Amino acid sequence: MNIGIISAAYIAAAILFVLSLGGLSGQESAKRAVWYGITGMALAVLATSIGPGIGNHLVLLAMLIVGALIGWYVANRVQMTEMPQLVAALHSFVGLAAVFIGLNANLELQRVLTLDEQSRAALVGFAGVLAHKTAEEVSLLKIEVFVGIFIGAVTFTGSLIAFAKLAGKVDGKAKKLPGGHALNAGAAAGSLLLGWFYLQTGGNLPLIAMVVLALFIGFHLIMGIGGADMPVVVSMLNSYSGWAAAAIGFTLGNDLLIVTGALVGSSGAILSYIMCKAMNRSFINVILGGFGTVTSVAAEIEGEQQSIDADGVAAALNDANSVIFVPGYGMAVAQAQQSVSEITRRLRAKGKVVRFAIHPVAGRLPGHMNVLLAEAKVPYDIVLEMDEINGDFADTDVAIVIGSNDIVNPAAQDDPNSPIAGMPVLECWKAKQVFVSKRGQGTGYSGIENPLFYRENTRMFYGDAKKSIDALLPLLD
Amino acid sequence: MIVGVPKEIFGGEHRVALTPESALQLAKLGHSVAIETGAGLKAGFNDQVYVSAGVDVLPDSDSLYANADVVVKVRPPEPSEARLLRRGQTLISFFWPSQNADLLERCKEQGATVLAMDMVPRISRAQKMDALSSMANIAGYRAVIEAGANFGRFFTGQVTAAGKVPPAKVLVVGAGVAGLSAIGTSVSLGAIVYAFDVRPEVAEQIESMGAKFVFLDFEQSQDGAETGGYAAPSSPEFREKQLEKFRELASDVDIVITTALIPSRPAPKLWLQDMVEMMKPGSVIVDLAAERGGNCELTVPDERIVSANGVVIIGYTDFPSRMAAQSSALYANNIRHMLTDLTPKKDGILVHDMEDDVIRGATVTHKGEITFPPPPPRVRAIAAAKPKEKQKELTREEARAVELQTFKAQTRAQVILLAAGAATMLLAGAYAPPSFMGHFIVFVLACFVGFQVIWKVSHSLHTPLMAVTNAVSGIVVLGALLQIGSSNPIVVTLAAVSVLIATVNIVGGFLVTRRMLAMFQKS
Repeated sequence: MNIGIISAAYIAAAILFVLSLGGLSGQESAKRAVWYGITGMALAVLATSIGPGIGNHLVLLAMLIVGALIGWYVANRVQMTEMPQLVAALHSFVGLAAVFIGLNANLELQRVLTLDEQSRAALVGFAGVLAHKTAEEVSLLKIEVFVGIFIGAVTFTGSLIAFAKLAGKVDGKAKKLPGGHALNAGAAAGSLLLGWFYLQTGGNLPLIAMVVLALFIGFHLIMGIGGADMPVVVSMLNSYSGWAAAAIGFTLGNDLLIVTGALVGSSGAILSYIMCKAMNRSFINVILGGFGTVTSVAAEIEGEQQSIDADGVAAALNDANSVIFVPGYGMAVAQAQQSVSEITRRLRAKGKVVRFAIHPVAGRLPGHMNVLLAEAKVPYDIVLEMDEINGDFADTDVAIVIGSNDIVNPAAQDDPNSPIAGMPVLECWKAKQVFVSKRGQGTGYSGIENPLFYRENTRMFYGDAKKSIDALLPLLD
Repeated sequence: MIVGVPKEIFGGEHRVALTPESALQLAKLGHSVAIETGAGLKAGFNDQVYVSAGVDVLPDSDSLYANADVVVKVRPPEPSEARLLRRGQTLISFFWPSQNADLLERCKEQGATVLAMDMVPRISRAQKMDALSSMANIAGYRAVIEAGANFGRFFTGQVTAAGKVPPAKVLVVGAGVAGLSAIGTSVSLGAIVYAFDVRPEVAEQIESMGAKFVFLDFEQSQDGAETGGYAAPSSPEFREKQLEKFRELASDVDIVITTALIPSRPAPKLWLQDMVEMMKPGSVIVDLAAERGGNCELTVPDERIVSANGVVIIGYTDFPSRMAAQSSALYANNIRHMLTDLTPKKDGILVHDMEDDVIRGATVTHKGEITFPPPPPRVRAIAAAKPKEKQKELTREEARAVELQTFKAQTRAQVILLAAGAATMLLAGAYAPPSFMGHFIVFVLACFVGFQVIWKVSHSLHTPLMAVTNAVSGIVVLGALLQIGSSNPIVVTLAAVSVLIATVNIVGGFLVTRRMLAMFQKS
């Protein structure tokens, strides 16, 4: 197959990828769009595999088949609540692959440079591409290799830590080694120095040392970020995996890799931006870890929390005409989505208006709640995002907050001294009655008291979210 | 413990402190319940329904007082009833301790513990036992019904075949619980409702009920939070201003419902004789403050009178009792909630926790001592009203200027960004080899396309977006594919591993996306 046809296949693949991402603007078009993506990928892999200069077809085929089987197995087995972990784990693969490919590129480069003119001319494939580079292009290539490996390595360990935190294998709290961000900065400076060495020598050693430092940065950076900031972290790593792919694309001179990497990179960047916006924090603030800058004292809360039992909540639900659920990470932890879905079905069967209000950072992954609710068969047209539903709380009889805290904190609007002041929040307190399903009297992730719990129209419905909701079911008439 | 409910002996009292419904709830707390025969008759509950709710019916009040550990009733005990109280017994009823010093002394001597329902502090947690509010709510409703019965016209405006009917105009003075209830009832009957209160912060509540707040332009306004949500006496200047406003309204309104009360003071006179004279014949005044002397000068407590110019003035003091079924149900619930708090373990044993703000506040005698007045509760009833920031209304020119300014700022930011971008490009172009620039163009355009496309992605599909970009970023497999043909075994090994994990990524990512998207169902 000649280069022209391969290029044509790449163009087709690139367009299909763009369509695949663009199709996600709506639920129905998304179902079609995913097939565009699959087709594009199949086209790209097929065209490359049977193109010129590709050897070891047997190894290649075996790896493709084994990889596909593993991917298929994982994708079918994963629980929807485990999506954040899965996404993080997959990012780490891209990072690792980028590191390997970058190292390979350097090895090949070294080999090619040792050859004489004649044997160079005889080279095909990737080595052939390398062979035809000018000295200028070679040093640029080194920079590209360096950048690709660096981003790849940071992505790899960062994603592994994010995975471990999300899966609960590592404590979700922010932890730093003594030295904190100075360590990261030192490691980054060291990497740059090693990069300079590498540019001079082209040796493997500085490159490998740099990988070690980058791995450390990824590890330490993500260890220092708390569990609730994971939406930002995962989308950031998503972005990085894209940039890593793009850098590899530059190294290999492959436009499809560049296009795809850029698409993925910008997608992750936008997601991170949306998440930060939803927390009213700057990206730097999130990445450098947390609410460290509280200078003023937040207003004291007056009043007391009033609790209620299942009978009371059920009575209010029976009387209500409109109900809005505000789910948060706590719902995912308690696996309460099926129960919530069941209660939604029953309330809707009685002609009540039931809707869901989703804050952009609810859960541990952008859009996490939507997926959980979709899995539990809650129709997507009653699951609304913050801007769509915030105005409707005032006309709502009952708002039920399940396992969310900071995203429904009125202090964000009322108290300019609150650490989360200015963060957009769901105004559930405007509903006639608010029930908060919560395990105990603790504060949320940010450690901020929530005045919502002390409001006159708020009742606390203590207990495990799933058990609490299940207790309501028999009480609904 | 045995909870006993005697028959109310105060003249004209129809309410009862226990309903069959609340008896069932009390049984759940571990109490057994007894009632004097015929106690619920006037509220519509005969002995039979109590028996079927598991209540013992006792033949007379003597045996009831002798048997009961806790006596619950509506009105304060008459002297004949107070005599029946004994040491260790608990009485829960309205008591008005500040006006009934003798009775208080009497109960103390009998050794009984008395919880006054009218002394329950006004804090959020105690709302469920706030009998004053639940009774006031009924009084407000009933006041409108009484007014309607004495008013010769419709509330709502109608255009009928026989002619046009103007809507009635109702003025509610005092927007406490009773006032708000009266506003709500009048609005739902279709009247045009005006409401007045000295506490400016209730304006929002009034408007939320559908009435118009009568605004009094006066600087020194009250903060209801200072006085636990109640009104305080106003200055003479304020009063003058207020009366002036009422005079303006008097000739226009058809129905006036006054509910203005100041704690432990006679009701303020707000609707004077000259205002009554200005009103149209057939108009109605319902004075809910009649028991405390009335807000209207002409009010005669417990009477319905007609003024010289034909205005009906109703001064009944027993509105809740006139709706005995409803008020008994609510009052019984208030009592039940009080007993719930007194029986924390639901085992039928009363725990009189004097550390509890609510119980402490309501207790007027305990263990042979008078415990009235209580210390102020630790929790303030209402958060202090925050000074409202005045949002400056922008004129059209100002708004335009602001718009223009933001537009200019945006343009400037965008131009600077573009210029900086262009400069970077030029710099890269000057030094980098042409082959790089070719790829760089592709890269920049792809970023641009990415930004345009991703902004349109629905928020609810962000997780599938991440999964699909994940799968797509498995495109690095191409890099590994290109390298796998190398003759260097290390390169081949690393490339093979890369192909493997990138394939996991691609297949896993796409399949899981497909799985997720298939779950999104429309209703």
